[in-house]
Amino acid sequence: MRLSYPSNVKVVKLPCTGRVDVLLILRAFESGVDGVYVAGCMEGECHFLRGNLRARRRVEYVKGLLEEVGLGGGRVEMFNMSASQGQLFAQFAREMTERIRSLGPSPVNKNVKREA
Amino acid sequence: MIVGNRKDFKEILEKLGSRRRVLVLGCNECVTVCGVGGEREVGVLSAELRLYWKKEGETFEVREHTLERQCDYEYIDQIRGFADEYDVILSMACGAGVQYVAEAYKTKLVLPAVNTTFLGVTIEQGVWSERCQGCGNCILDMTGGICPIARCSKSLLNGPCGGSSGGKCEIDNETDCAWQLIVDRLKESGQMERYEEILPVKDWRTGREGGPRKRVREDLRL
Repeated sequence: MRLSYPSNVKVVKLPCTGRVDVLLILRAFESGVDGVYVAGCMEGECHFLRGNLRARRRVEYVKGLLEEVGLGGGRVEMFNMSASQGQLFAQFAREMTERIRSLGPSPVNKNVKREA
Repeated sequence: MIVGNRKDFKEILEKLGSRRRVLVLGCNECVTVCGVGGEREVGVLSAELRLYWKKEGETFEVREHTLERQCDYEYIDQIRGFADEYDVILSMACGAGVQYVAEAYKTKLVLPAVNTTFLGVTIEQGVWSERCQGCGNCILDMTGGICPIARCSKSLLNGPCGGSSGGKCEIDNETDCAWQLIVDRLKESGQMERYEEILPVKDWRTGREGGPRKRVREDLRL
């Protein structure tokens, strides 16, 4: 399909979104990312039965944690799409990029001195 | 096991005040099993603290460490080499662990990050329920293995109150009436004659009402 999606999206491949752990997402924010989204299979179609449903609950939990620390729950999201929906993958990548852009850079980074 | 809930992040921050060198101390026992104060939860709370202080542009040091137990001196002693490097020990153990760490490090500020709630069991992954109040005088032989002290809202000893409806307690419709459970169990196990026996007024002195408790087994002492 040769679809393009924003180049700021860094893909971390996992065997199933059931592998997504709360700590994994928090570590990403600690490393300085502005947002994280989990792209899982359609609900009810998980090869491992409930991996994507568990991932959604963990994403919801992280939303609460990010609210607590003042980063805002909007910086993390869960999307569902099937392997054949490349169009949707690109669309969600654009949607999330736009959302994060409107939220601005992660406040965690504002005090980090970047090398020139 | 001992079950607890993590304190709100805001409350933890308030308790920390201006202290920025924090040793977050987990416990590998009950609080790990009930998902409140083990290695993972130490990681989550530490990450929260780091993210918050980074956001605020503050200088800080957060160290994660989880002990096998916080209720045994031998394990608590394992942090002696580096505990002094921190302003505060943020313990994620139950109340017993927090106190024992505080006892061992008298000059250190030890803060609780967990509200200890009850002695209970795992109903399913992620769900825990109260089963025992440690009253010091077990009557489970009389009540079909279901504790009316811990599981009846009124801790009644001789049958249900008028608030039992459809097998549920009047406090909310998700809480089982302990006496309904007891009668059902006694029937199932053919022990209904036990229901006829009147349990006498309970001597609460064996419980918390008798003051702090202590147990000594001379044969085990060194």
